[in-house]
Amino acid sequence: MAAETQAAERELAGLDSLELPIEPRKSFGERIWSSAWPILVAVTIVLLLWELAVLLELRPTYVLPDPITVLSRLLTDLTTNDLILAVSITLRRAATGFALALVIGTLIGLAIVRFRLLRAGIASLITGLQTMPSIAWFPLAILVFGLSEAAILFVVILGAAPSVANGLISGVDYIPRVLIRAGKVLGAHGLAAYRFVILPAAFPSFISGMKQAWAFAWRSLMAGELLVIIAGQPSIGVRLQLSRELSDAPGLLATMIVVLLVGVVVDLAVFGTMERVVRRRWGLLEA
Amino acid sequence: MTATAARSLDAAPGQGAGARLVIDDVHKRYGPVGNHLLALGGISLTVNPGEFVCLVGASGCGKSTLLNLIAGLDQPTAGTIESEGRLGLLFQESALFPWLTAAQNVNLALRLADVPAATRDEEAANLLRLVHLQGFGDKRPHELSGGMRQRVALARALAQRAHLLLMDEPFGSLDAITRDLLHDELERLWMELSFTTLFVTHDVREAVRLGDRVVILSSRPGRVVEEVPVDLPHPRVGVDDDMTEIASMITRRLRQEVQRHGR
Repeated sequence: MAAETQAAERELAGLDSLELPIEPRKSFGERIWSSAWPILVAVTIVLLLWELAVLLELRPTYVLPDPITVLSRLLTDLTTNDLILAVSITLRRAATGFALALVIGTLIGLAIVRFRLLRAGIASLITGLQTMPSIAWFPLAILVFGLSEAAILFVVILGAAPSVANGLISGVDYIPRVLIRAGKVLGAHGLAAYRFVILPAAFPSFISGMKQAWAFAWRSLMAGELLVIIAGQPSIGVRLQLSRELSDAPGLLATMIVVLLVGVVVDLAVFGTMERVVRRRWGLLEA
Repeated sequence: MTATAARSLDAAPGQGAGARLVIDDVHKRYGPVGNHLLALGGISLTVNPGEFVCLVGASGCGKSTLLNLIAGLDQPTAGTIESEGRLGLLFQESALFPWLTAAQNVNLALRLADVPAATRDEEAANLLRLVHLQGFGDKRPHELSGGMRQRVALARALAQRAHLLLMDEPFGSLDAITRDLLHDELERLWMELSFTTLFVTHDVREAVRLGDRVVILSSRPGRVVEEVPVDLPHPRVGVDDDMTEIASMITRRLRQEVQRHGR
């Protein structure tokens, strides 16, 4: 190899190493801490305000118990089988409803993306469906399916599927045109274009759609469990109703905390992680 | 190392021979007749197999329109474009797929070119070595610099075994030092693999640095104004004075064209 070529290669390699960004990597502990402390501060503030409201006796303590009472009640409840059973029943419904919504939403989204004519009609319908409060569907659902799990799942799917479809559609809409052109020039036509270019490119938006769908599904499910009470299925919703009927304020609040925690944990742990992984891969995330 | 990679490319079917490109009286009109924009007003151009032709022109000369027509991404209003063989296209942005690593980007191009799965990984590694990016196969596009991304894009285009490489201001957004180095790289690859190249730029120096022939386009509508042969031997490292002379001549001619629109 000529000396000149070698010099050129060295020059190129030198330039490459100069141009590469230097990324300081945070340790695992540092990353956990930096995302945890704002949450801890926020939770502490909420607990303090709650305690303040109790101390000012805005409501009698049998209606509004103080945080310590509720949290210790939550701890005792967690050791009983009742709460565990309720959570597992509700989570099973959530998983079933969400999975069905995911399949249906994806299929509808794909159909709309593929056939432009569908878009004008159905796309606006989907947005309409999203603004419709899911609780308004329940009277109809109960009429059609009776007081059954099918009624609950029906509404959960109606609440969640549009978000999934919308995530996919907007993902496809906002693909940079240059990527589509690059795919075409590389020979990705028809199905191959969807498989290798369009769907992967729409993936980040699809995940955001799923995340939103989970929030809708969880809300619809809670509304459903309050309205559709099925014998022998002591779900979280049933516990809430029961606590109210028995005027068991600490139990009610403890269960509400469980509802909040499940929603947040699934959102952060499942969809938050997926979103972060994808964004890091694509270089959409700083640090 | 480089020699091995080049050999394996030559052994691949179809690589090596450049394609001929014949553009005959091509018009491209946008919008309805009467209230239209004539982007291309009768362009005729022949690029010989293995030739490196640069197109220069001011804004509105329809350079990108022409490349889109040649690449089959759009249809001409009138006229014909003939080219045989496979075609590669390089954009101003690298247009790499951000969800794939550098090696996977090249690999996908091989896959879409029907290269058997068994040889794809090795060939992708060879192609990355060819653009001096060995060891960067696992990086994702955002982890690479602009110049490196363009080299991956070049490797991806080569993976298509293109007989004709269309380049749409591929180095336009790079800094001067990187651009100089990439000129050397592209020239070396072109000399090794002898694909036909049509290179669009508005940098006259770049055109003279690379092209066997520089074609000057007029603006609105785009037409061929003049063809300037650049009779300097490749590789053109260290022939700056001759290049400067030709470049300033072309620049004068381009300015005349721009002045016509000043009224």
